[in-house]
Order: sequence, then structure tokens, then C-alpha cells
Amino acid sequence: MLHYYLIIVLAPLLAAVLAGLFGRQIGRVGAHTVTILGVGIAFVLSALVLYQLYWAGASPENLSVYTWAVTDGLRMEVGFLVDRLTALMMVVVTFVSLMVHVYTIGYMHDDPGYQRFFSFISLFTFAMLMLVMSNNFLQLFFGWEAVGLVSYLLIGFWFRKESAIFANLKAFLVNRVGDFGFILGISGVVLLTNSLDYAEVFGQAGTMAQQTIEVIPGTPWNAMTVVCILLFIGAMGKSAQAPLHVWLPDSMEGPTPISALIHAATMVTAGIFMVARMSPLYEYTETALAVVMTIGAITAFFMGLLGLVQNDIKRVVAYSTLSQLGYMTVALGASAYGAAIFHLMTHAFFKALLFLAAGSVIIAMHHEQDIRKMGGIRQYMPITYWTSLIGSLALIGFPGFSGFFSKDLLIEAVRESHWQGQGAVYWVAYLSVLLGVFVTALYSFRMFFLVFHGKERMDEETRSHLHETPWVVTLPLIMLAIPSVIIGWITVQPVLFGDFFGDAIVVTGKHDVLASMGAHWHGSLALVTHAVMTPVFWLAAAGVFTAWFLYLKRPDLPETIHGKFKGLYVLLDRKYYFDDLWIKGFAGGGRRLGQALWRFGDEIVIDGFIVNGTANSIGRLAAILRQLQSGYLYTYAFAMIIGLTMLLGWLIWLQ
Amino acid sequence: MTLATHLLSALIWLPIAGSLVLFLIGDDGDAASARAAAMRWTALAVTIVTFILSLGLVAGFDAGTAAMQFVERSPWIETVGVDYYLGVDGLSVPLIVLTTLITPLVVVAGWDSIKLRPTQYFSAFLMLEGLMIGVFSALDGILFYVFWEFMLVPMFLIIGVWGGARRIYATIKFFLYTFLGSVLMLVAFIYLYGLVGSFDLLEFAKAPLALGAQQVIFLAFLAAFAVKVPMWPVHTWLPDAHVEAPTGGSVILAAIMLKMGGYGFVRLSLPIVPDGSAYFSTMMIVLSLIAVVYIGLVALVQKDMKKLIAYSSIGHMGFVTLGFFLLWHISGESGAVLGISGAMVQMISHGLISGAMFLCVGVLYDRMHSRQIPDYGGVANTMPVFAAFMVLFAMANAGLPGTSGFVGEFMVIIASFKASFWIAFFAATTLVLGAAYTLWMVKRVIYGEVGNERVAALEDLRRREFFVLGIFALLVLALGVWPAPLVDMMNATIEQLVQQVALGKL
Repeated sequence: MLHYYLIIVLAPLLAAVLAGLFGRQIGRVGAHTVTILGVGIAFVLSALVLYQLYWAGASPENLSVYTWAVTDGLRMEVGFLVDRLTALMMVVVTFVSLMVHVYTIGYMHDDPGYQRFFSFISLFTFAMLMLVMSNNFLQLFFGWEAVGLVSYLLIGFWFRKESAIFANLKAFLVNRVGDFGFILGISGVVLLTNSLDYAEVFGQAGTMAQQTIEVIPGTPWNAMTVVCILLFIGAMGKSAQAPLHVWLPDSMEGPTPISALIHAATMVTAGIFMVARMSPLYEYTETALAVVMTIGAITAFFMGLLGLVQNDIKRVVAYSTLSQLGYMTVALGASAYGAAIFHLMTHAFFKALLFLAAGSVIIAMHHEQDIRKMGGIRQYMPITYWTSLIGSLALIGFPGFSGFFSKDLLIEAVRESHWQGQGAVYWVAYLSVLLGVFVTALYSFRMFFLVFHGKERMDEETRSHLHETPWVVTLPLIMLAIPSVIIGWITVQPVLFGDFFGDAIVVTGKHDVLASMGAHWHGSLALVTHAVMTPVFWLAAAGVFTAWFLYLKRPDLPETIHGKFKGLYVLLDRKYYFDDLWIKGFAGGGRRLGQALWRFGDEIVIDGFIVNGTANSIGRLAAILRQLQSGYLYTYAFAMIIGLTMLLGWLIWLQ
Repeated sequence: MTLATHLLSALIWLPIAGSLVLFLIGDDGDAASARAAAMRWTALAVTIVTFILSLGLVAGFDAGTAAMQFVERSPWIETVGVDYYLGVDGLSVPLIVLTTLITPLVVVAGWDSIKLRPTQYFSAFLMLEGLMIGVFSALDGILFYVFWEFMLVPMFLIIGVWGGARRIYATIKFFLYTFLGSVLMLVAFIYLYGLVGSFDLLEFAKAPLALGAQQVIFLAFLAAFAVKVPMWPVHTWLPDAHVEAPTGGSVILAAIMLKMGGYGFVRLSLPIVPDGSAYFSTMMIVLSLIAVVYIGLVALVQKDMKKLIAYSSIGHMGFVTLGFFLLWHISGESGAVLGISGAMVQMISHGLISGAMFLCVGVLYDRMHSRQIPDYGGVANTMPVFAAFMVLFAMANAGLPGTSGFVGEFMVIIASFKASFWIAFFAATTLVLGAAYTLWMVKRVIYGEVGNERVAALEDLRRREFFVLGIFALLVLALGVWPAPLVDMMNATIEQLVQQVALGKL
């Protein structure tokens, strides 16, 4: 199968190179043809790989492609580990990428950087595939940083826009803070196992867990806990978990197709995937799992709240992404890795759909993104309207839609994770994901109602031009709406309860909440029919109702509420002041410190005092020594000989 | 006498001979004349032949042994036992090839942008090339010292004649700093000669030495090498020298001359005074980490692009010295080789990346005659091809995997975690700092609206510039995607070195 895998990763790479370097020669049509072909091939073959692994009973493969370098007994390789976890990710990534490629034809139609854009998104697909298909930490890190690079290039795609080039720098640097932890985690793995290969490292997990690392001298900590937390810091950067989430909302400065592909469906889920992939390590450390769970819970709930006060259509969806990533992280912390990956998959479809639908609205509105200037668009854009409704229902977990299965069972898994000891961590996590359901429904339908229903608040000029977007835009919407409805129905049984992942995900006995839930599993239909009896359903319903009441029934109320809770509103509007912490605190502090070190350390102390000071003293000394100058060579030679003899004598005396 | 047995001599003396020819013939002071053009082509031909000859070094090199290869030895000053003694191992071959590769590119880069005394300019670079190859292949202390000191002369001239406004201050500072350091190295050589009876560097490594003497010799070597690297706090000559140097001078300075310091540590300090190195290793690690963190912060606030890249060089060279001196702090059975390998890869990679970065600044300087970041903005609008190169090299400078900049840093960070969590912690800050200062510069220079009318009038890369930057780009990517050939070439030598050093002399 190695040939298949190579074609899967290299087809998008080749397409990216062609569109990037020869964009002018092959033209616009050439660029989108070649990249769609590349990603299309990757998708078809990925689907074939999944088919082979799941239906045809092929066994997982672990192959080395080439040796990157070997030194000191450490093998650094490039290779593929393709099991069902990988295959699932490959299909999701290539499918969403393919849809986004098609959509881009419409969205970027008038953009002068057309070829460049196609080149970048194909390059992204290559990098993401390298990440998920890796069989070792080195290549994982390569893919990890490469997707970060493309994200940087694409957020700053419109490089004349000051806000875009601010956002891409911010995204790259905040991710680098996460990668700082990540590379230390990888180094820790090498320290403990002297290997970068997943299979070898996982094989030694038992001994790793018995070693200690002294981060604070004299205080031995469990080595596995330290390593897993360090790796998770990487995941916090990439998957935008608080407090490293600040880059994701700003990343919306990039064109909408990449918001869907990179900042919703795929790249941001790399952290979730990574922790699931490392489940054989995380299973040994409940402390690290508790950290994962807490961070996820905070993100799930508090980032959702921020979605309530946003007025930019893309930013609402962005905060919703943050919150949903928090859900996945909580599931990881509960050892329900399968539930996290399942939610990752359904989320990839419906969130990509929501972003692309938002993009469709933005095109129709002539690049207006403020939802306060929209309203009543339903009648002008029926396809966008209905697909958005499907996406929103899937997001809030309406019974029967894909998000329902993944989110309902995710919350159930968190509730069942009694092994956490039902302490503060358990309750924080459980209540966050539960209350988050209400918040999700509220912000989702606030946006939905403000955009598609109610009074038409746009200006007359825009309104007269409103119409449905072309088929290259609506086709991907429909293609993504289909899985948003049905994917949950058909996959929940095998993925969560049917041992779909096999050995790819390891869960030790008492952590295995999904297994205990499986004992009460009576099929998709039963879950849907029993949904009305769960608090999740009523919380979601309450959210939708509140949104309807506030934004359609009594649109005057939100203003009054703002007025009453001014402090809270400011706190949300300032995003809990995290941006100030990073920008003013860290970035500003770093610059001030650098300035001080340069002006004081380099210029005053080293150059001023030591270097030039020495030069000046030598100058004064020279004035005295000038008296000794005779002009005769032998005097100098004699002096040098004396000097050397004294120096050598001193050295010999030392011996 | 065949080429195969005297390959190293050919590599050293061919460029030096070329340099003398150019110097003696000279030009008529008119850069556009046919005579000056003929001289340019001669210079290019000599550097290309030298490069091709150096490939013979790679082809004939046996990576399976740590022994010296291509050895040439004949008495030179018999009365004091000074030999003309050359030889190379896995540490020197990559650096020699780096030298022969960069020099022709520098010649091409200076092709028609040097108006003043162009032939002398190229002559100086040829001289420099021969002397630098001499340093990397000399195995006799005096020979080493002669190459080492003579190297200063052409560089002194390059900055002093073709440099910027404050070139005199910069050259004096550069010369005094490096010269004072080297004199102490000579004293150490003379002392060792007293023990061994020759200036054979390999014999020096075998000579028994008490700890006290080792400590003193280490400090003497340190004075020479720390200045060249340069290590904090003797680094302040470098930003000044870079700012005043012409583009070609900056490229050679950053790409190769700084490597002399690193090379000195592995060729001389570690094998000759292993216990002295052990004694001072903690200090060396601390100084290296200061270079990474302190210099990273200082680089952040620079407004002059050349100064920024110069500071970035100091930070990246911090990884080199860090990798060399981890050895004694790693308790497990592996990690020391990884650290030194990583440091060596970092030297080669930094040669390519910093060279390319200085060339990029040169491209802009040739057009705008400014190195100040605020004078630019939105260059990508008028120079899209150049912008693509600049972003690539910036990413490489920030250590992005897939580029050469990642390889050495990755290996050194892993090795330092084996020594201590906190060493790795401070070393890894480069991920954030390196990205911050490099990409912030890119943001202000390359991205944004067209900054002013002069930026609006910029023309994109010419063929010659595209060709030079393209070669750098290919090398940076190739080394990032497949560093194995380089690492394999050095493995045997480094393993043997680590064994010898770990054993010590006491």
C-alpha cells in the first residue's frame, strides 16, 4: 500500500508546486484544475484506504519511507502509520479540502491572487496529511509546523490589510508558544525512550510511567505526567485552548474558504487528533488527563459565552469553533478519545458547512460581515438558508442530526467518567459541557435569526443585488449538508461502540467509559427517541427559544440587557482581557526588555564601559608608554621575548 | 605530485593564486570596462573550479573512519618543527564545501553592484577563500595560526574599503577584538610545543596535561574562539562589522568566518583540553543560553535589518556552543554525539540561511540604499518573487521543519533535554523569539500597503539575483528534507571525538 500512501500525500504537494511556481503559465483554470485533481485523487485513494481497513479487513500498516538522519542511536525517519484512526482523518481532511477547493472557484473568483490561493490550500492538504499519517514524532512535528506555516500564509493572504498581517503574525507566534511546549514534550519522549517512533515509544509506555523528572530540583515528578502535559501545551496552541486561543478569532481575517478548511474542520483539530494518537501515553497519567479536562472545560464554556456578543458573522462561528474544540478536549480528558474523534468528524462537516454558508452570505452582501446589517436574507438565498439551518441544528445537537449523536454521547461520556473521583475537575467539566449546550444554541440561533429572519437592515443598494450564489458555492454547501444530517446515524454505532479504532486508541480498564455506555446502547433510533428525556435536549431548546424571544420577538430587549449588565458585557467584549495579556504583557514586555538589554547591556555596559572604556584607558596608557619607544627593532624584540618568557614561565609553574 | 594527493593544497592555493593574478593585473578603475569584465569572469571561473575540486573531497571521503584523510605533510620550518601539514575529517569537509559553495555565489552577487575597484574586491574574496579553506584543513598549529590571522587582512580591507559610513570604527573594532583573542591562542600553541616538541595538533590532543594547565589553555583558546563565534558578551563587534560591510562581506562573515570559532572549539578545545572544557562547560552553557535569550530579545527591537540579522546570527551560534558543551551534563549513554552533530549541522545551516538573509537585504539595499525597516513596507506588492524568497528564508531562520534551520536546533534541543529540563527550556525559547524577530521584520518590510513612492518604484529580482537566491533556497530545503548525507559524513568523527573527550586526560 506504500504507493497509495505516497500518491495520497504527493498529489496535493505536486499540485501546490505547479500552481504556485507556474501559476502564470497554467492560468486560473489550469491552477484550479490541477489542484482539484490532486486533492480529488487524494480523497478517492483515502476512501479506498478506509474501505480496505474497515470493510475488507486489511490490517494497519506501519511503514518507513526514508531515513531522515541517524545519529547517536536515534533514528529520525519519515514514515506512515495508517490505521483506522488515520484513515478516518484522511477521509475527513481530503473530503472537506475537496469541497473547499470547489467552493474557492466561486469565492475567490475576482481575486488577483487566485493561483497563489489554490497553491496554498493544496500545500495545506499535503501538510495535514503528513501530520495525520505520520508514524513518528519528527514527522508529526513537521506536519504540525507546516500546517502552521500555511495557516500563516493564508491568514495574511490579503497582505495589504493591516489587520490581516497583524493576525497572521499573532497566529504564528501564539502557536509557537504552544510548539515550545510541544518540542520539549518530544524531547522528553526521547529522553525516556531514546526513540521517536510511535510503536517503540508506546511499547515502552509502562517503563516511562515509572520514571521521574525533576523540573524543580529536589522534587521528582512522574515523567509521563510531565511529558504528556508538555505535549498538551502544543495541542493547546494548535487547537486553540485557553489561554492560547487568542489567535483563532483573529484568524478570521483570512479568506472564508480557509476559515472553513483550516480554522474549523482540520488544522485546529490536529491537537485533538494528537492526544488521541498518544492515548497509550495519556492513559498512564490521570494528572495530565485532569489538566486536559480542565482546560477543555474552561474553553468549552467561556469561549462559547464570547460568541454571544460578537457581531461579525465569521467571528461568531469562530467562537463556536473554540467552544466545540473545548468539548472535544474535555472528552479526551475523560479518556473518551473515541467520542472526541467522533465529534471531531461530525464537527468537521457541519462547521465547514457553517463557514462556507457564512461565506456565501458574505459574497451576496458584497463583503459585509456585520450581522446587524443583515436580516431577512432567507427569501433571497434559499439554498444558503436551508443548508445553514441544517448546519446550525447539527451544531446545537438537535436530535437526529450528526452533532446530536456526537455531542449527546460526548456529554454522557463525561458524566460517566467517575474514575476522575467526582471531585472539582469532574463537576467543572460536566457542568461546563452541559451549560455550554444552552450557550451554543443561543449564539447559533441569535446569528441565524439576525441573518436570515426579521427586518431587512441592509442598505437599499445591497438589497437590490441580493441573490443566491453560483453553483460552485452552493454545491459544496449541499455536499457538506448531507453528512451533517446523516453521518451520525450511520457511524455512531461502529465508531463509538463497535471497536472501530481497534488498537489505534488505547483505553485502560476503568477509564473505558464508552464500554460501559455501550452496555446500555440500543441503537441510533432509540437514542433519538429518548432524546426528549435528556437535559441536553431541553437546554438546547431553551437556547433556541431564548434566541427567538430576544432577537425576533422582542428585538428591543438585548439593548436593555446590555445596559443592565454593562460590566459583564465589557468583560465579554474585551474577551476576558486575554488579548491585552498577550499583546501588552508578553509582546510589549518582550520589546521593552529587548530595548533595555540593547541600550543598557550592549551599548552602555559592554561597548561603552568595557570595550571603548578599555580602548580609552589603553589610549591613556599608550601616552605614557610612548616614552619607552625607541624606534629600534631589537628593543621591541627583546621586550617581546621577555614577555613571552614570563608568560610561559607562569604556565609551567602552574603545571 | 598528483591532484589526488594534493587536493587540499590545490583548494587552498588555487584561489590565492587567482587572487594574486587579479591583484597584479588589476583594472582601469572602470567597472564597466572589458578588462574589469574579464577579471570578474576570471574570479568566477577560479571559484567554480575550486568548488568542483572540493566535490572531489566529498567523493573521495571515507565516512567510515575518524582518521584524517587527504593528508599532506612536509617540513616547513624544520628548526622549530613546524610542518606544512594538512588533513581533513568529518568536521572539516562540510565546512570546506560550504566555503567553496558560498564564495562563487558571493562573486555572482557582487557582479555589477560593486563600482569601486571591482577587481580588487574580487581579489580580496579569492584570497579570503583560500585562507579559510586553509584554516579548515591545517593540522599544524603554526600553519593554523598563520591562516587564521591572515584571514583578517582581506576582511579588514573588504569592510574598510567597500564598507559604509562608519567603516573605520567597525574595522578597528573588528580587528582588535579578533586579533587580541588570537594572540592568546598562539601563546597556548607555543606552550604546547614545549611539551610535545612539534606543532602537530593531533599530538597536542595526545599530550598529558594537568587540570591547571588545561584550564589556562582553555581560556586562551576561548579568547580566540568566543570572539569569532561570537559569544555573549564579546559579541558587540559583529553588529557593527555587519552594518558597515558590503553585502558580500556580510555573507562571508556570517556564513563562514563565524564558523571558525565553532570549528576551533571542536578541533582544538575539546580534544586538546578535555578536562579544561569540562571544568568550564557550565559557564559555556550559561553563556550560550544568554546568547539565545538575551540576544533574541535584543534582535526584536532592531530597526536596521542588517543589525537584526547580525543579532539573530549570534543567537543561532549560541546553539552551536550549547551543543558542543552538553557532553559532561548528560548522564545517560547517548546524547553527547547528538548535541555535537546538531551543533555542526547548525553551523552549516546557519551559513546558508544567514548568507541568504544578508543577500536579501543586499538586494533591497542596492535599490533603495537603506537598511532601515521603517523605510520599507509592502515590498511584496512590487517585488513578489523576492518576497517569496524572503519569506522562505525568514521561515528557515525561524527554524521551520522542512528547512535546514530546524535540523540542528531540533537535535540540540533534544540533547539538552537529556542534560537538564531547564537547559532545554531556555534553548527552546528560540522557537518563539526567533519567529518573533524574524517574522515581525517580514511583516514590516514585505507585507502591508506600499510604504512610500520609492517602494512603489522597486523592480523585482533580476535573473542574476534570482539565480543566486534560488540556489540558496534549494540548499536550505534539501538539507531540511534530507540531512542524512551531512549527518552521516560527520558521525564517525564525532563519535570518536566524544569517546576521546569523555575519557579525558587526567
